[in-house]
Amino acid sequence: MADIEPWNEDRARAIIAADAARPGAALPILHALQAAFGCIPLAAETLVASALNITRAEVHGIVTFYHEFRRTPPGRHVLCVCRAEACQAVGGEAVADHVRAALDVDWHETTRDGAVTLEPVFCLGLCASGPSALLDGQPVGRLDTVRVDRMLETLA
Amino acid sequence: MTRVYVPRDAASLAVGADAVAAALANHAEIVRTGSRGLFWLEPMIEVETPAGRIAYGPVEAEDVPGLLAEGLLDGTARRLRLGVPEEIPFLARQTRLTFARCGIVDPLSLADYRAHGGLAGLDKARTIGPAATIETVLASGLRGRGGAGFPAGIKWKTVAEAPKNHDGDRKYIVCNADEGDSGTYADRMLMEGDPFSLIEGMAIAAFAVGASQGYVYTRSEYPQAIATFDKALAIARKAGLLGPDFDIEQRVGAGAYVCGEETSMLESLEGKRGQVRAKPPLPAHKGLFGCPTVINNLVTLATVPCILRDGAAAYQSIGMGRSRGTMPIQLAGNVRYGGLFEVGFGVTLGELVNDIGGGTRSGRPVRAVQVGGPLGAYFPPSLFDTPFDYEAFAVKDGLIGHGGVVVFDDTVDMAHQARFAMEFCAAESCGKCTPCRIGSVRGMETVDKILAGRNVDANLELLRDLCHTMKFGSLCALGGFIPYPVLSAMNYFPEDFKRGQRLAAE
Repeated sequence: MADIEPWNEDRARAIIAADAARPGAALPILHALQAAFGCIPLAAETLVASALNITRAEVHGIVTFYHEFRRTPPGRHVLCVCRAEACQAVGGEAVADHVRAALDVDWHETTRDGAVTLEPVFCLGLCASGPSALLDGQPVGRLDTVRVDRMLETLA
Repeated sequence: MTRVYVPRDAASLAVGADAVAAALANHAEIVRTGSRGLFWLEPMIEVETPAGRIAYGPVEAEDVPGLLAEGLLDGTARRLRLGVPEEIPFLARQTRLTFARCGIVDPLSLADYRAHGGLAGLDKARTIGPAATIETVLASGLRGRGGAGFPAGIKWKTVAEAPKNHDGDRKYIVCNADEGDSGTYADRMLMEGDPFSLIEGMAIAAFAVGASQGYVYTRSEYPQAIATFDKALAIARKAGLLGPDFDIEQRVGAGAYVCGEETSMLESLEGKRGQVRAKPPLPAHKGLFGCPTVINNLVTLATVPCILRDGAAAYQSIGMGRSRGTMPIQLAGNVRYGGLFEVGFGVTLGELVNDIGGGTRSGRPVRAVQVGGPLGAYFPPSLFDTPFDYEAFAVKDGLIGHGGVVVFDDTVDMAHQARFAMEFCAAESCGKCTPCRIGSVRGMETVDKILAGRNVDANLELLRDLCHTMKFGSLCALGGFIPYPVLSAMNYFPEDFKRGQRLAAE
């Protein structure tokens, strides 16, 4: 994962200002904020609202509508495991159960050492190469328990 | 140095293509391409020899030293040798129009694109003018490849004729690349393997309807596609293919499946919650920022260049009934030969699953096939004579959707799949209409009761009634189509819904 910056209001204002003039700027701004800070802190909502001339409630509504926007920073690695039908058909649920047990976390949780955040994802477009996952943005396919263990060993 | 083509499609990267490229780097000139779409053979590499390309696969990095010693670079190594790629039966049986270049060209080389027939469609459009361009798309019979199957030419004509509501209003081309259906990856493959075909298709659409701005809405789950397409946009801008008259911007979604619905996508592009809009007004009249907007699926737009280049008649001559041309069908799930199979409409589901797909990967009997994504029906083998055609699937209470075919073997529990459909709908509902927002939650609870053996017959009837309400009362296809997987599971696999009852009785 790219390094996550600590929350900094001036930095947030600069990020927001860079995209604020784009038509329908909310999503690009929120993506940019999350890329910098790892999440969309509540404090950022007020800044976005004021830059886009909409209410804070509206910004809150947008942030909470989309599954991908986080309220707290993730762990050092983010593992997204596919739970959709094509992966289910090749044992995806067993692989997902194995991942949860191996990491001792449930969906959306981060391991106690802060190494890995586990997220469910509904389809990565790797549907003939399943079960599949995305580890820090890198696709992984044909997963089984052995490959999962090998993958998790590399994470610190 | 011998040239070796190594794919960088996400599905190839997922099984080690980067390591293969690294192992070959000091021995050959590596060209990274998209994938041919034969995913059980990935990483599939191709060596350029005087006799043409010779394919090898699946190649792992550990195989490379041995293969090099055996004569990989002149195509004589025997191990993992697949021969001439076009002669591999899975490819030889296809009619590749939309995917003609995918896996062959360097996706970020405009020269390659042009050398393989690219930009001829745009040149043709500019020669014949906007009206004749729309006529060509109409005459080709091209219908929306996102699933709804609406004729693309009629949509374009409506936007071309739509008055601008205010002075200074623009018209927009929006490409739906929010490919959320499980079992589909055609959009992703094209963005990674032949992005200029989409840019050319959107440029043709813009020229035809008088649009000045395009947006491609790509799902965030496709980081490789996003990166490749942004690079392609920069190259196209530098080459003058995009500019002040028409430019394209890529916008990235944020994990909401419903944003693949066209009006929800417009809301999202406008920077709002992705909540569905009531229609009318149609997006063609009042779409993005209230302006006339063409929204087409990525495959629809990327097919337009070859239609313009080769003429409407050539495209129209392929297919069956009112489904004209080719469909990139995506074989997925528990299938032996999984991959992209572009073919004229009319191939039967049985041919796809058994002959082309080779049955299941597990070797067990096929029990069910879900066609058209999470909103598509589960078909049993008794319906395998159904031809791949918009109308033929509709008659059997199914849909072809975006062309995904997910195969399940006999270990699948269809009541569990019905529950998943409701769970998925509950998680992804935008919340605007009651049948979808509340119906999906109640549906999930009702399946749970059935699975637990509580009042099974009454609850099955209730579930059927609920599906009826959702089908006819929902605002969009999410709540409206989720009954397809649920009802098909109940109709064709009733025994799976009685298990709880039997357990409760024992």
